Amino acid sequence: MNALLPIAFDGVAYASWLFLVSAGLTLIYGVMRILNVAHGSLYALGAYAACSLAGAWLANQLPAAGSFAMLLLASVLVGCIAGTLLERGLLQWMYGRDEVVLVLITYAVFLIMEDVIKVIWGVDSLLLPEPYALPGSFSLGGLPYPVYNLLLIGLALVTGLALAWVLNRTRQGKMLLAVIHDREMSMAVGINVSRVYLATFVVGATLAALGGAFTAPTVAVTPGIGVEVIVLAFAVVVIGGLGSLGGAALGALLVGLVRSATVHYWPEAELFSIYAVMAIVLIARPKGLFAAQEARKI
Amino acid sequence: MKQRSTFVLSGLMTLLAIVFSAPASLAQQPIKVGIVTLLSGPAAGPFGVPARNAAELTAEMLNAGTVPAPYTQKGFGGTPIELVVIDEAGGPQKQVAEFRNLVPRVDIVIGYISSGDCLAIAPVAEELKKLTVLFDCGTPRIFEDASYKYVFRTGPTGTMDNVSVALYLLERNPNVKSFAGINQNYAWGQDSWADFENAMKTLKPGIEVKTSQMPKLFAGQFGAEITALLGSGADVVHSSMWGGDLEGLVLQGAPRGLFEKHKVILSAGEPAINRLGTRIPDGTILGARGPFGPFAPDTELSKWLKSGYQDRYQVPPNYASFKMAQAILGVKAAYEKAKGAGNDAPDQEKIIAALENLTFEGPGGTVKMALGKGHQAIMDNAVGTTKSEGGQLRMVDIVRYPADRVNPPEGMKSEAWIKSGLKK
Repeated sequence: MNALLPIAFDGVAYASWLFLVSAGLTLIYGVMRILNVAHGSLYALGAYAACSLAGAWLANQLPAAGSFAMLLLASVLVGCIAGTLLERGLLQWMYGRDEVVLVLITYAVFLIMEDVIKVIWGVDSLLLPEPYALPGSFSLGGLPYPVYNLLLIGLALVTGLALAWVLNRTRQGKMLLAVIHDREMSMAVGINVSRVYLATFVVGATLAALGGAFTAPTVAVTPGIGVEVIVLAFAVVVIGGLGSLGGAALGALLVGLVRSATVHYWPEAELFSIYAVMAIVLIARPKGLFAAQEARKI
Repeated sequence: MKQRSTFVLSGLMTLLAIVFSAPASLAQQPIKVGIVTLLSGPAAGPFGVPARNAAELTAEMLNAGTVPAPYTQKGFGGTPIELVVIDEAGGPQKQVAEFRNLVPRVDIVIGYISSGDCLAIAPVAEELKKLTVLFDCGTPRIFEDASYKYVFRTGPTGTMDNVSVALYLLERNPNVKSFAGINQNYAWGQDSWADFENAMKTLKPGIEVKTSQMPKLFAGQFGAEITALLGSGADVVHSSMWGGDLEGLVLQGAPRGLFEKHKVILSAGEPAINRLGTRIPDGTILGARGPFGPFAPDTELSKWLKSGYQDRYQVPPNYASFKMAQAILGVKAAYEKAKGAGNDAPDQEKIIAALENLTFEGPGGTVKMALGKGHQAIMDNAVGTTKSEGGQLRMVDIVRYPADRVNPPEGMKSEAWIKSGLKK
């Protein structure tokens, strides 16, 4: 029984991370109908940019607490610059094409970005362990945990609540929901759909970069980290229902808890556990837990 | 007088002809060596690029004739070598296609880090009848499950890594009662854990396995796994992780006391020294997949590689660099043995015959092509413990194990040898 608390905490911590990396993916899909494979590269870019910015900050002997601000700054910079470049430079010319074509286009972007990252940052891993160690650790069920995990959980909560608030309680959010429901109708009533798309893509890209930037201190940032993320984020988003924010949150929690329990009780099956959750959910609900009802268009 | 001047003139012409034709005959076609190593993806940083760097350094210095004895002759037997480097990324299927494209372009192929690639390439090398020297991959299955004429491996198998660390651990901590593992969930991690588990059970019957964590390859985050290890109560934690996963395990495990609560063994941890330095806690048992890097013997050859590499790339060479240099020098030794005193370039058959059962010196010490009918190398191994000294991570308490103590005898499979009591 003593193990239940650590298992739950590990599960929730992993779920927060999963939610952070999948929220942007599901948002972009929900609004733009693009399954953005380049989400993984934006995550990687966020992680690399965080290492560079926070690394430079720490190298200049500036107060260590400021490195957290650098992580945020890195995500916003990557989201705004890379997000805008991708949407304005490439994706805006592709709207209206088949969803599969867009998957291929973003996959191509993903492959190109992998090499761009290699050209800029090289093949060696980057390390940024200071922010991870800085907040210290606490004890749970007799085992030490880094406070940084609590910070990640808090960040995921704030991000999720902020997104929900913007979508449901603000004018911009309502316009966004209108675009999701009916693109042509929204244009007819005067919503600048192109601008909504750009804003959505930039927010989605920033979320991906945010996930990467706040993961960077806990891992070795190496070429290929984006690959792992896109597969996991895709699984979470599919479980929750493509385009559903609440679905992504629940999907992340489900995967996080199942994975954590598997690691403790049946470690050999860890690899399989995430996909088992996905398979079971999809058998029961082929469109995921919270897929939006789609009106059939004639 | 005229006759004399004609004689002088013709003599002069002949001399000139000799002088000018000499470089022409020396400038024969270089020997083309295909180098296949991971240049992209997560394994490029820890292994692929250090191996490529070592290949370029070795080739350049061989051609210049500045490698110490017994490799002072330029190139291979006086003929310069030229490298054709290709990327190993993309998986076995892609690599087989790449290999087929590479074979007509080169005389010899040296390469392959991934065991999956090695297993796929070996039969194709045999089919295409191209001398192929595997330099790094660890799976013993290559020559235990099949027999090849054209395929060699100049690096030792993964078996000795885990047998050595088990011996080292039990010599120092004879009272350990239990152990656990965290290994990447693919062939390398599974085989390493199986070898370690079997070796521990053979050396200390009745020892208990607490948990075997098998996270996904490149997962990078091991929060739940570390919790499971911390809660397992095991005395020892074994890991054969490498690259970003290994660095992540250390970065996440150290602040949570993983290295204080357990004796941690990193059986392939050496490349992480250059990356993590003193972030690897003191008292960690570390292996280098052979007597490489900080475990290399104090010979002219090891000094040559260490100083040449450090000067050129500003980092010390790691085990992947050592194994690449070793492979090239092994082929050179065979080539020159096959060539003998003659002037003619030896054909492939003669080089193969010379490389079979060859004993040669590498920067990590003596290499004996003793297993797999003379196609698989064995070497001594060394294991040490980490200790921070003056801001640097050093290896202390280094123990060397003779090659026949940590490798199976010819004709016996690794797993059976470990289970049957590691007999010499």
